Amino acid sequence: MTEAVTYAYAVARDDDGTLETELSGLPGVADAPVRLVRAGQDDDVVVAVSPVPAQDFREEALRAHLEDMDWLETVARAHHRVIEALAVRATVLPLRLATVYLDEERVRLMLKDSREAFSTQLSEMTGLVEWGVKIYVEDPPAAEGPAAPSAEAGLSPGRAYLSHRSAQRHAREDAYREAEQVSRDVEAAARRHAVARVQHRPQQGELARGPGENVVNDAYLVPQQAADGFCTDVLRTADGAPGVRVEATGPWAPYSFATSLDTEPVKRATP
Amino acid sequence: MSESPSRAAPYGQGSSANLADILERVLDKGIVIAGDIQINLLDIELLTIKLRLLVASVDKAKEMGIDWWEHDPALSSRASDGSRSLADENKRLRAEVEALREGTELPPAEDAESRQARQLDSVTPHASRGEWAGTGTRGTRRDEA
Repeated sequence: MTEAVTYAYAVARDDDGTLETELSGLPGVADAPVRLVRAGQDDDVVVAVSPVPAQDFREEALRAHLEDMDWLETVARAHHRVIEALAVRATVLPLRLATVYLDEERVRLMLKDSREAFSTQLSEMTGLVEWGVKIYVEDPPAAEGPAAPSAEAGLSPGRAYLSHRSAQRHAREDAYREAEQVSRDVEAAARRHAVARVQHRPQQGELARGPGENVVNDAYLVPQQAADGFCTDVLRTADGAPGVRVEATGPWAPYSFATSLDTEPVKRATP
Repeated sequence: MSESPSRAAPYGQGSSANLADILERVLDKGIVIAGDIQINLLDIELLTIKLRLLVASVDKAKEMGIDWWEHDPALSSRASDGSRSLADENKRLRAEVEALREGTELPPAEDAESRQARQLDSVTPHASRGEWAGTGTRGTRRDEA
């Protein structure tokens, strides 16, 4: 027999009371079914929760698990899966990974305390989605024109090497210059559609998926109906910029714009 | 409030979403509220540092000169630092060119060689890439990857 604690995923607005059916059959963290907790019987502000084994989510165990990349990935994907399912039907405020309560009653008390603040933020996020935009400087082609050492017949090996290095550097610097221009174009294009932006750190660690070097990693808050135009305009900025790639990911629930209750709300960009 | 039709469309990238994109959101973003199970702040900090090593190191980004937003007057009040890092970059690249020249003992100028020398001179950065300056480790990082 395993003791259970309650994992909380997100706060959401259950406009028409159908959100729980949307979640039926969806496995949460630890594969348990996801339920909705309300402060009052017909309240539309809900917290999505599911039971998780206490032995894995007590402080000591959690600390150890978070060091385990496989465990972390499984929990992160499950957490994200539930938030995406909610976001299909409702406005969602994602909670930070591993927000755990002793039981559902404790979640209800938390929701009761913060209901108005959640409600305000949910209203601010209604109809808005997050899009990620990443700009990459691609690796220069291996052999390019006179840069290839084989084309340096007549030069000493040292000179050929220098010439090769120099040409490589030129190609790289051109690509960075292009990327800088593209980043300005992206910002201008995005500003026509988005209402807010936050900047993430460029992804450069071992999880970063190339090819190329990520130099810009931003998130924009975009009205749902403007999403197509946003993507089209943002992706178009890379046209005619060889060596630079622009990627858009989304729509995401507004992870990057849901702010903690004791901090300032997200500042809206001026139009 | 009625749902817009696009709400019913497939949402996000589902299970195919890039793990780095997911982790940077679920661990570093979202609402932080105190649950009953507390991981102390130091642990969260350590975890965040480890995550950044995996996903995105801000210090490494700065070290590699990817901090152009700090030099953008529209985004930061610290934009005036931009010209300084351009000068640093310029100085560094000139020193590197000198070192390369000495290391290979360039023979006296002939037609091909003088062309070569001009090429080396032009290795110094174009003025407009100042915001991307300070790229000392860019080359070596690629080798590690």
